[in-house]
Amino acid sequence: MRPFALEMADTPAAATNYATQSAGTYLAGGTVLLDLMKLDVIEPQTLVDINALADTYGAIEADDDGITLGALVRMAEAERHPAIRRDYPVIRDALWQAASPQLRNMASLGGNVLQRTRCSYFRDVSWPECNKRAPGSGCAAIGGNNRRLAVLGVSDHCIASYPGDFANALVALGAEVGLRSADGSERRVPFEDLHRLPGDTPEMETNLVPGELITAFHVPAGPWTRRSLYRKVRDRTSYDFALASAVVALHLEDGVVAAARIGLGGVAATPWRAHEAEAALTGRPLDEAAAEHAAEAAFAGAVTHGGNDFKPELGRRTLVRALLEAAAMEVLP
Amino acid sequence: MDIVLTINGRPHHLSVEPRVVLLDALRDRIGLTGTKKGCDQGQCGACTVLIDGQRVLSCFVLAATVTGEITTIEGLAPEGGPLHPMQQAFIEQDALQCGYCTPGQILSAIACVHEGHAGSAEEVREYMSGNLCRCAAYPNIVQAVLQAAPQMDATAGPTSAETV
Ligand SMILES: Cc1cc2nc3c(=O)[nH]c(=O)nc-3n(C[C@H](O)[C@H](O)[C@H](O)COP(=O)(O)OP(=O)(O)OC[C@H]3O[C@@H](n4cnc5c(N)ncnc54)[C@H](O)[C@@H]3O)c2cc1C
Ligand code: FES
Ligand code: FES
Repeated sequence: MRPFALEMADTPAAATNYATQSAGTYLAGGTVLLDLMKLDVIEPQTLVDINALADTYGAIEADDDGITLGALVRMAEAERHPAIRRDYPVIRDALWQAASPQLRNMASLGGNVLQRTRCSYFRDVSWPECNKRAPGSGCAAIGGNNRRLAVLGVSDHCIASYPGDFANALVALGAEVGLRSADGSERRVPFEDLHRLPGDTPEMETNLVPGELITAFHVPAGPWTRRSLYRKVRDRTSYDFALASAVVALHLEDGVVAAARIGLGGVAATPWRAHEAEAALTGRPLDEAAAEHAAEAAFAGAVTHGGNDFKPELGRRTLVRALLEAAAMEVLP
Repeated sequence: MDIVLTINGRPHHLSVEPRVVLLDALRDRIGLTGTKKGCDQGQCGACTVLIDGQRVLSCFVLAATVTGEITTIEGLAPEGGPLHPMQQAFIEQDALQCGYCTPGQILSAIACVHEGHAGSAEEVREYMSGNLCRCAAYPNIVQAVLQAAPQMDATAGPTSAETV
């Protein structure tokens, strides 16, 4: 790792000051940052350790309106939380099937949603071409090894996949993200607006303003949260990123879909909400034909590049299975 | 930066650059070479240590940020005293070949039991998945964890003993 300065922030104001005045990069669990710093993919001059802010941003609070997860809650803490296990099983599923127990003890939820693509051309600096890492250099994955890469939301400049699990649950459940800017003001934006599609600027991955700190995630309550699950398909049985995954949350009335919330992982450039699939299901009885119809809609816009030609089919089957399993769940009233 | 690391109950004073990770501080600066470097990339679990009882990857922790108490493989059994039940179980179940992954496996396994995730072979496989074994001693590792679990006091663990 290249040398860098390390600042310890003990208040939110100190953190945002370091981030703006010393162009500092926030350090939470460090499992993304140190990884990419060891690979020379990123070379921050200053790290700002925000772990002491867990006093302010480290709580989980549930009430009738929903659940709030502080940005410095660890993945393992959220996975164990009784309200999440009971009322938001999809969040628990997406967390415990991610990474390893060691990583989940370390990783914060704020850092989790900002994890970077696992595209090998991005991670290996010996490849000169990567528009995300070196804007304007080209994309070695288009025409290269792209088996694990995205088919939804991609552009001619980048087909990197968003690798995370948890964020797909947040986007599908219509969560909001709380942000604190350097001047101390706070705002809340739809989680769906946090990440940017690659377009012709794949190096710009989020709409965060420099120095902005994620404070929390607010997940609204809804009649669909208890009937919710996450299905993840990977090369290994455990401890691997998704090749394809599906978030499903359903509100059923007499077997008819009153409301559906659907997210997809492993197949898209960003955390992905499948609005078309939700619309295709709403008002219909949930049977296999309806699930297949919704899955077709979810992948109608898929663009493949050879190595990942199998992904739309795998993604559709994953979603169909998740929908049928969610419909069959035993749910407390 | 001048720092103090509490390792296996003893304070160690050292001066490190911010970029020194705990794994390198343990091995190269303090001479505790029981903790192994496999990938240095957060993928293999060989560098697993406990901080305040929680299992973490020491290759991904900056030494200068550690405030909690660190437990390494060297701290599990007193000099000349009986082995920790998990160490003993690894020997009795022949849960290793080359032994390189073993310190990380044992620390991870102790945390796995304390977390309440050693209820069945299936659960052990899932919750030990962060520790790779290049020699593929997996079946015996699972047996070792299952053997040691009832001998350890699950309630003494650092995290609540909730099961899946
Ligand atoms: C081997 C391996 C396997 C993995 N497998 C999976 C998997 O299967 N599924 C999955 O979902 N993930 C997986 N991950 C990714 C893992 O979940 C992330 O590394 C982790 O969640 C990141 O959290 P962190 O706190 O360590 O982030 P950090 O490294 O501390 O931070 C990540 C980024 O977020 C920024 N940041 C952190 N907190 C804030 C904040 N509050 N406000 C603003 N910016 C902030 C940092 O500046 C940095 O840019 C894996 C990781 C590894 C190494
Ligand atoms: S050396 Fe730390 S996980 Fe491999
Ligand atoms: S015993 Fe050789 S790597 Fe596990």
